Amino acid sequence: MAAEPVIKVRGLVNRFGRQVVHDGLDLDVLRGEVIGVVGGSGTGKSVLLRTIIGLNRPAAGSIEVLGRDALHAGEAEAKELRTHWGVLFQEGALFSSLTVAENVQVPMKEHAEQISPKLRDELARLKINLVGLAPDAGRKFPSELSGGMKKRAGLARALALDPEILFLDEPTAGLDPIGAADFDSLIRNLQQSLGLTVFMVTHDLDSLHAICDRIAVLIDRKIIVGTLQDHLANPHPWVQAYFRGPRARVALGA
Amino acid sequence: MAEGGFTTGTVDGALVLALHGPWTIASAPKLDAALDRLDARGIAQATIDMGQVETLDSAGAWLIHRTLARLAGAGARTETRNVPEALAGLLARVAEADRPVELRERQHGALYNLVEHIGWATLTFFRETRALTGFFGMTVVVILRTLARPGRLRVTATVSHMEQVGLNALPIVGLLSFLIGVVIAYQGADQLRRFGAEIFTVNLIGVSVLRELGILIAAIIIAGRSGSAFTAQIGTMKVNQEVDAIQALGLDPIELLVLPRLFALVITLPLTALFANVMGLTGGALMSLFALDISPGAFLRQLHDAVSLTTLFVGLVKAPVFAFVIALVGCYCGLKVQGSAESVGRLTTQSVVESIFLVMIVDAAFSILFSYLGI
Repeated sequence: MAAEPVIKVRGLVNRFGRQVVHDGLDLDVLRGEVIGVVGGSGTGKSVLLRTIIGLNRPAAGSIEVLGRDALHAGEAEAKELRTHWGVLFQEGALFSSLTVAENVQVPMKEHAEQISPKLRDELARLKINLVGLAPDAGRKFPSELSGGMKKRAGLARALALDPEILFLDEPTAGLDPIGAADFDSLIRNLQQSLGLTVFMVTHDLDSLHAICDRIAVLIDRKIIVGTLQDHLANPHPWVQAYFRGPRARVALGA
Repeated sequence: MAEGGFTTGTVDGALVLALHGPWTIASAPKLDAALDRLDARGIAQATIDMGQVETLDSAGAWLIHRTLARLAGAGARTETRNVPEALAGLLARVAEADRPVELRERQHGALYNLVEHIGWATLTFFRETRALTGFFGMTVVVILRTLARPGRLRVTATVSHMEQVGLNALPIVGLLSFLIGVVIAYQGADQLRRFGAEIFTVNLIGVSVLRELGILIAAIIIAGRSGSAFTAQIGTMKVNQEVDAIQALGLDPIELLVLPRLFALVITLPLTALFANVMGLTGGALMSLFALDISPGAFLRQLHDAVSLTTLFVGLVKAPVFAFVIALVGCYCGLKVQGSAESVGRLTTQSVVESIFLVMIVDAAFSILFSYLGI
């Protein structure tokens, strides 16, 4: 698979008040890879994700997604661009007044209105099955679901329009170890069969080890990208503490 | 962008669908309609040739899978040919995901829904009544316990709530009562002038404001303003698990959260109602002066004849009861909050509606009682 970048971030600057979160950050996300973004609290992992998907306007820098300028796209182009990625927020962010099936169908109704109601139902059924929800989950409301099921339903909604890029914000946070491992393998499985590029913010060392091709470490307002081996060789004290700490040693089997 | 499509042909009596282009969600609506038009009857052998498919996503894969299943269901032997290696996994994954899923509740007729709805509403009404009565009993027990040991009452919290529910509500209660006084004077003057009995407008204002309107206006505004605030405050504490923490520390949420609010309201609502009475009478007096040329002195003399201290007390005696009802419902709804922020909003609405409803019921009961007693 040709390693063309699907997301290209250059010289990104984000600040809130006098606090600079990102300062000249560069990042390439390559097609078909799973990239995990890690960093200490307050280093702007979620801010980076929100900036790429257009929920946060950076102070400076450029962002290209699928070869198009995401920051200066017109309204119609920005809307179209959004159909090429799916986002799973931390708690699933399902619309609480809609059932799971209706949640999955929202993007189809909004962005692909030519799809017939029958096909829409079939596709909703397909996505619900793909993410491994129970057969009776479709008619349930988010309040009737457990945390893990909410995330799966959120994933089904993110996949509704068959996006090329999937953004995940701490997908395994709040899941028990078994649920987290299941979710990891689900993401890996979907990534391979649907040919997705996955951009994942995470704290979960097991996920990093299990499914990430490359790891991006946010540090000193910049980002260092590399494989796990690269990071293990990095002498930076925070990187060493993160990847060689007691928890990491167990998770990574190092 | 090129559209995905397919051509149909027959080779040796077998149907061959040759797919081409991108089979993605963008092309799905057209492909869906075209595939639906395909007549599956009487086909013994069907082949789907995927050699020319450029890209495939799960929507496209689903359409292929669905067509294969439909042909097979109609009795055809089906096969796929020239499947690109990269796409085989996706096809298999989609085929594996073809399991029934309930997308919506089973639909029933309108009558069924109506009966079900009435049934639920009835059950809920009785359950609510029972739970609220239980909460009332619990609160009374805690009040009695606290009266036995007055040191346990949180004085600071009570005073702080008195400021919020009493003092801070005065401007709005005063303004509304003043306007109500103006309206009654104006309407009364209009009607009574026909009989040349303008002076009795003062009686109308005095009796209606002192007996009913002053206290009702105050109670309704406080229910909307403070009853809802009680629900929202306690409900938010419930969501943040603060109430759980109170219980885990061996403290009593009723003593800690409900009693200060209850006492604050029971003390301040009579005072607020008294203030509402004064403002209502002021509004009436002002309007009498302008519309009827009744001077403030004449107004006071006529008022003195029209009402007695009993009239005032008949109104004010209801205030502590209303206050109790409003605080009880507000706190009860707050403690009923479960889990989400959405539930706080729902119960806040419910708290206001229920407390105003109960205030009206209690007011009607008082009216009946007073008419029996001949007051």
